[in-house]
Amino acid sequence: MRPFEYVEPETLDEALEILAGDPDDTLVMAGGTSLVILMKQDLARPARVVGLRRIAQLREIAANGGTIALGALATHGALARSEAVRRHAPALASTFAAVATVRIREQATLGGNLAHADPAQDPPVTLLALDGVAVARSRFGERRIPLDALFADIFETSLEPGELLLRVELPALPAGARATYKKFLPATLDDYATVSVAAVVATDAAGACTHARIALGGAGPVPLRAREAERSLVGRRLDDAAIHEAAALAAAATDPIDDLRGSAEYKRAMAGVWTERALREVA
Amino acid sequence: MSRHRIRFTLNDAPVEVTVPAERLLIDLLREDLAKTGTKDGCSVGVCGLCTVQIDGAPMSACLLLATQVDGAAVRTIEGLASPLQDAFIDEGGFQCGICTSGQLMTADALLRAKPEATATEINDWQMGNLCRCTGYYGIARAIAKARDGG
Repeated sequence: MRPFEYVEPETLDEALEILAGDPDDTLVMAGGTSLVILMKQDLARPARVVGLRRIAQLREIAANGGTIALGALATHGALARSEAVRRHAPALASTFAAVATVRIREQATLGGNLAHADPAQDPPVTLLALDGVAVARSRFGERRIPLDALFADIFETSLEPGELLLRVELPALPAGARATYKKFLPATLDDYATVSVAAVVATDAAGACTHARIALGGAGPVPLRAREAERSLVGRRLDDAAIHEAAALAAAATDPIDDLRGSAEYKRAMAGVWTERALREVA
Repeated sequence: MSRHRIRFTLNDAPVEVTVPAERLLIDLLREDLAKTGTKDGCSVGVCGLCTVQIDGAPMSACLLLATQVDGAAVRTIEGLASPLQDAFIDEGGFQCGICTSGQLMTADALLRAKPEATATEINDWQMGNLCRCTGYYGIARAIAKARDGG
């Protein structure tokens, strides 16, 4: 690994000052699971690394009414175990509980996961379907970024130089909303998903859909919302025809690439299959 | 480029060392502190050979900078004294042995976190510790035996 300068600020303000000093050659490290590999493989060559581990306030998970704020330094393990997360949406806790292996879950953080912007990761997909909003701060102030605007391209976010991800906020879900996250893992359980789907729906007393969110992972350069598929469900009963149509629209919204987990055509087909399975589970 | 004075406990004994920022925990343990029971396998956090416990949680020593354990309690196989070790012998929980220290460190963390771990939980935790000899049944039996009091 190339030498670099390492700093561990004690406070958020101190971290923002350091980031403002030389944003182009400075990288932020949360848990380090991704960054350490990138540095070992010489894919990242920062002059300076800012370790966040001493900034305890970034670890907090706080429920407030129906909303919840997830600190950027909360580990996947902490989020999976959190009563507050489970109360908000059991599917979110189980999403974190199924990422990679127990070792990664104890080290990797929410903020690191989002800032790394790997389109095959699990948590962004469920967080997108739960209408997550990232909150970032720089020396110049705070900014709220809906998650679908956070992911700019593969391994690229819309965070500005000098900006630090503080937390993700999730709004209250509609009463009776049901959520699920499903990933297609044809090889091993600790693999990245070939494609994955998160679905959130709510229905009224007559069974008509009042709220629908469908998000897909591994299906394009960024985790994406299948908005046409969502719109096709609202106002309808979630019967076979509605689910089938929405799944087809979700598949059409994908933009996958050929790689070792399958051809683009195969992944698009699987996105339809797994959307259908997810919708059946929450219908 | 920068050097750091770090303090932590290693198998309950205090350690104080100076490391360059880029020193990995695995290299600190094996090369500087002679704890070679922790093995270096894939070097990308997948295989589990380098599993150590940081404040009781299993982690990959190959994915941690040494500076990240400043202030922590680090445990390696050299500091493990658990009924698991006898159970691995009794149940044939290893063949070639390269994965054994990692298997034990994960299994010990599991039984501390969940003394009543189910078979599903055992599989979920050990999933990240690969046994290239595919000796998984013996490993799972050994962990269940230790859980049940040996």
